[in-house]
Amino acid sequence: MGSSRASDDRRDDASDALDQERKRRLISAVARRVIERADELSALDAAIGDGDHGANMKRGFEAVLQDLDTLSAMSLPDLLKGVGMKLVAKVGGAAGPLYGTLFLALSKELPDAPSRAAAASGFGAAIAAVKARGKSDVGQKTMLDVLDPAFKAFVAGGDAASVREAAYLAADETVPMRATRGRASFLGERSVGHMDPGARSASLMIGAVCDELGG
Amino acid sequence: MANVGIVIVSHSPKIAEGAAEMVRQMVGDDVPLAWTGGNSGGGLGTSFEAISEAIDRAWSDAGVAVLVDLGGAETNSEMAIEALPAGRRKRVVICDAPIVEGAVIAATEASGGSDLETVRRVAEELSP
Repeated sequence: MGSSRASDDRRDDASDALDQERKRRLISAVARRVIERADELSALDAAIGDGDHGANMKRGFEAVLQDLDTLSAMSLPDLLKGVGMKLVAKVGGAAGPLYGTLFLALSKELPDAPSRAAAASGFGAAIAAVKARGKSDVGQKTMLDVLDPAFKAFVAGGDAASVREAAYLAADETVPMRATRGRASFLGERSVGHMDPGARSASLMIGAVCDELGG
Repeated sequence: MANVGIVIVSHSPKIAEGAAEMVRQMVGDDVPLAWTGGNSGGGLGTSFEAISEAIDRAWSDAGVAVLVDLGGAETNSEMAIEALPAGRRKRVVICDAPIVEGAVIAATEASGGSDLETVRRVAEELSP
């Protein structure tokens, strides 16, 4: 973890705003990862929900990619707001307002060049906003069951690889959970044994960000 | 004073339209009414933009009561309300009530000139 600490410390200087090319690569990595895995997300959703999570997320991120040039030229807060509004407008389903809220809250919280501490505090506030929007909390078999553990791994000082690992592991850990929020909660016990599609999409997005930032 | 407006938000355009038809049968044109259903891709779901437009169509200075079906309809409606101009935001409420019965009873109450809080309370009395 030595080398990653060094790069984290450098980011703590808060002097190096993400350049345009880096922003472009980040947005594009997250969008492409979700689009590539759309069928998998829909298959997970078909098992315990209404089967449209992949198609919905794909539509949202295709709209994001269409604006890639404009978005990557923006400051980080404006970029996050732009992505959030696209997701709210295009995703439909419950994931649109929830992921939209995540990005919009990040846009309010993060400066253009966040230090590690500012990033942690921003992510914490954004997760709280998602909880409020969904009237939900950790343990209900939702995206929060990935967002929260990944956040905790980051706060604990984890590097990109360990945050990514925490996110993927947390998505796997939704399999034995019983859903008590969202469409899957209608299934009660029958939701047990399936990975939550929202948890999976959250892990894919976090994974893509970590791949990109971890270099 | 104008009557409270009613907005119906369902994942299915057919349900939203059908519920609106039942409302019209009860109250005629006495109540501003709008419905929306389906996502921006034309499938089942809800659309933030379409909900914002529906609130606008059903706008009344007495306020607007929104009836929703499942999860995303509620969260998308909440976001649409929060995006309204500050003067309008406090005059739109989501009723925690069954969508069809709630819409019909809320509209009936609204047609008698009741205020927004009363319209919401009467609709929410239907919830188990």
